[in-house]
Amino acid sequence: MAKHTLTFVLMDAPFESARTTTAFRLLHAALERGYDVNVFAYEGAVALSFAKQAQHPNAVHGRDVTQEDHPLSKNWIAALIAHARTRGADLNWVNCGLCVDERGVGEAIEGVRRGSPADCWKMAQQSTATLVIPTK
Amino acid sequence: MPGYLLIESRDPFESTGAARTCELAIQLRAAGHDVALFLVQNGVLAVRSGARRAELDKVIGTKIEVLADDFSLRERGIAPAGLIGGVRAAPIDSIVERMAAGWNTLWH
Repeated sequence: MAKHTLTFVLMDAPFESARTTTAFRLLHAALERGYDVNVFAYEGAVALSFAKQAQHPNAVHGRDVTQEDHPLSKNWIAALIAHARTRGADLNWVNCGLCVDERGVGEAIEGVRRGSPADCWKMAQQSTATLVIPTK
Repeated sequence: MPGYLLIESRDPFESTGAARTCELAIQLRAAGHDVALFLVQNGVLAVRSGARRAELDKVIGTKIEVLADDFSLRERGIAPAGLIGGVRAAPIDSIVERMAAGWNTLWH
């Protein structure tokens, strides 16, 4: 059976929308099936993989950084990249370089690379299907 | 010919766009395409029994498959027994399956 490649195009910045959570659920579902997955992140989504995201405490609830254990999208991406390998799949995550420069989020985690809108087109061309999840 | 999977994420009571998605689904079906509607996030709020949803009722009436994300339903306290007829709870994998089958997938 031929292996499928699915492409997802994301726009939402981290911590802003349930769309990001749903997107990550879709990525996981695709990788679980052993599909190769492309992600083209542009606009605010280029910050999802920003290496300098940091947890913070929650003074209102009296929790320190460890206790609060605030989720970070960069860690989710790293976990998905690792998970892909266990499923014999590849998660190819590309950030739009134009959007990265605008937002000053040039430092991405390992396994994420800088690209351009041309990568989005190439990904779509090489995929069984592409889903764009637009922002509001 | 691949079908169309329309994903509706918006609360139908917040956005008129959800109604437009239903209209699109019906038009695509009338044009002879396989069509499925997948409700996710606040899009599932339309499927509680008792909710007013004229456009979604039309979609169900045309025998278009209507699926509701089981995770979104649980988040919003909507039990499977509380779904209207013609709607089925389904995992998010349903979207991945259709994509792998080459369906055109549109998100609203």
